[in-house]
Amino acid sequence: MEKTRFTISVFTEDVVGILNRVSIIFTRRKINVESIAASESEIKGIYRYTIVLTETEDQVKKVVGQLEKQVEVVKAVFHPDAEIVHQEIALYKVKTGVLASGGNAEKIVRFHNARVLSVETEFTVIEKTGHKEETQQLFDDLKPFGILEFVRSGRVAITKPMKTLSSIVESLEELLKK
Amino acid sequence: METLTKKTKVKQRLMTGSQAVVHSLIAEGVDLIFGYPGGAIMPVYDALYDVEDKLTHILTRHEQGATHAAQGFARATGKVGVCLATSGPGATNLITGIADAQIDSTPLVCITGQVASHLLGTDAFQETDIIGISMPVTKWNFQVTRAEEIPFALAKAFYIARTGRPGPVLIDITKDAQFGTLDFDYQPFKGMRSYVPTPQLSLTKVAEAASLINAAKKPFVVFGQGVLLAEAENEFKAFIEKAGLPSAWTIMGLSALDSDHYLNVGMLGMHGNYAPNKLTNECDLLIAVGMRFDDRVTGDLSRYAKQAKVIHLEIDPAEIDKNVKTDVAILGNAKESLKALTEMINENEHKNWLEKFRDLEKEEFNEVIDEELNPTSELMTMGEVMNKINLHSNQNNIIVTDVGQHQMIACRYAKFKQTRSSITSGGLGTMGFCLPAAIGAKMGRPDAQVIGIIGDGGFQMTIQELGTIFQFKTAVKIVVLNNEFLGMVRQWQELFFEKRYAATTMVNPDFQTIVKGYGIKTKKVEKRENLEDAVKEMLAHEGSYFLEVMVGKENNVFPMIATGASVSEIRLK
Repeated sequence: MEKTRFTISVFTEDVVGILNRVSIIFTRRKINVESIAASESEIKGIYRYTIVLTETEDQVKKVVGQLEKQVEVVKAVFHPDAEIVHQEIALYKVKTGVLASGGNAEKIVRFHNARVLSVETEFTVIEKTGHKEETQQLFDDLKPFGILEFVRSGRVAITKPMKTLSSIVESLEELLKK
Repeated sequence: METLTKKTKVKQRLMTGSQAVVHSLIAEGVDLIFGYPGGAIMPVYDALYDVEDKLTHILTRHEQGATHAAQGFARATGKVGVCLATSGPGATNLITGIADAQIDSTPLVCITGQVASHLLGTDAFQETDIIGISMPVTKWNFQVTRAEEIPFALAKAFYIARTGRPGPVLIDITKDAQFGTLDFDYQPFKGMRSYVPTPQLSLTKVAEAASLINAAKKPFVVFGQGVLLAEAENEFKAFIEKAGLPSAWTIMGLSALDSDHYLNVGMLGMHGNYAPNKLTNECDLLIAVGMRFDDRVTGDLSRYAKQAKVIHLEIDPAEIDKNVKTDVAILGNAKESLKALTEMINENEHKNWLEKFRDLEKEEFNEVIDEELNPTSELMTMGEVMNKINLHSNQNNIIVTDVGQHQMIACRYAKFKQTRSSITSGGLGTMGFCLPAAIGAKMGRPDAQVIGIIGDGGFQMTIQELGTIFQFKTAVKIVVLNNEFLGMVRQWQELFFEKRYAATTMVNPDFQTIVKGYGIKTKKVEKRENLEDAVKEMLAHEGSYFLEVMVGKENNVFPMIATGASVSEIRLK
């Protein structure tokens, strides 16, 4: 079976150690995670992990089954790229002096639809959101000027299927009352 | 109002965290725990001292022994096994037993002491990250750092351990939490939104499965421990009897169905019976009940039951399609699923199909079984020992086995009349499991004749638990089938490594002398003519008894499915 890119969304309770419980499922199967992003979801107390990996669908299905089996995992789903809208954010720190000469800064920022977050005497911080290819392109364009520091977030993704987290949580809570 | 206050007063009591631990256990109905004291768990041991009349503590000789004993107890009784250990090495020594319980779905609650919370992460004396270490092998774990968390954490631990697909849970309690105080108010745990223990049964799926069963010409049932865990033995019997379904078991499912039941066609897997393995690749419908298609059961998956449609009755959604693709999956508790399914299937007999199993069984009997049970060779076989035990024991046996050749022989040949009467380390294959597990089983079921069958290798892995038998006068029967080899590894070396016997020869001490030191009655049998009387004597003896039988050094267990072979390639020799 062919390996393709999948995005797994895991919704968990807010407890110490859950990140480890999630990550050891990948470790045990020697699956390399390309990126992981975690933060509180639209429901207070439920955290959302967005995990990107390249694997066969069969393997991803099994991994998601194992994730959902964890006692403190509320729900886990997986999607191919076509079923999600996703985004990443990148920050670039470059020397202010280099950028200021010759109008380069304006050209690049304008071209990439990036924005300047902060200008200090010594350095400037530029922000760009987009897919990895886009943030990478800006990286490549800024490289000749010297990049002092660079950071890119993991992917965050919204799924296209319309089932909402709150409806899932509601039905789970209904089940619990029974 | 006055009564309410009074009530609250009775219910709520100011106590220390360590007292809350023991009172939580008592509130859960626990009366027996296994453990080993040490620095970080001492406050709990101190609290145990005050409740000795309600809560018996069994001091094993090693923490691994405590976990296996708790497993034996849990498997024999269906209750949650509990063990207690200190931090650091005490906690890490639990890991093998916890991993065994995880893979064999055994409900355990393990409580470990931990260094005081202000010392966490400082490499304090006997500090180890047991939460991190145990995470991959526990169903759930939790670290308690405040006394008031204790009742809730333990209530949740018991709930998670015993519900759904059972498993081990570890609660790590820092020493300051044990010393702290709280208003004790124990409330049983009622559930949580992120954990649905038993999936809702889909009657549509049941109907789909029933129509497959009704249409099948050669249906075949393979069942595992799920039947035992759901206490669905009667429902299972009613199901197979109604449609006349030949049924074979995994070693974890052993004893869920009477050995002599007319539809019991034997053991699956690597050293299982000839007929069920061969006919797996001839059936037109495979009905899996509470089993997980372990590789030791399926052999080569790409050649496993490819001709058949597959129905899988299972409580754990993650098991569906994990190893074998199913046509119809029925999620739920086996008791409920089987009941619903039985109602929808037609009565049937499948006489000719069943006859096929019996024909192959005869072939296996002539080629393998007869010689194993009634050997013509001078050397004794493991099978003939099992045969004598079958002949002379009453029907209230619990057979506990270790791992290796003797395990396969015992599972193949022991006769089971009662449920939960076979206890073995199936998934993890933990040598050293038997002796402590037999102790735990006997303590859980004092009325039963508990017989541990062990090899000379596994016996020495947890031999220290003879001390537990001595101290607590545990009337277990221990049978060591001694071939002075690590027999199963040696068998593989013979068959697949050109008889290069690397590190499988055991130069054993005199077990008789050792066991006598523990005050246990012993006997060694080296000649066949003494075997029968020794078995009788052992079974009739009231207390603990150690029977050592010298068996053929280079005997092999057959049939066998070699690694990578298909179930239909099972060899009789």
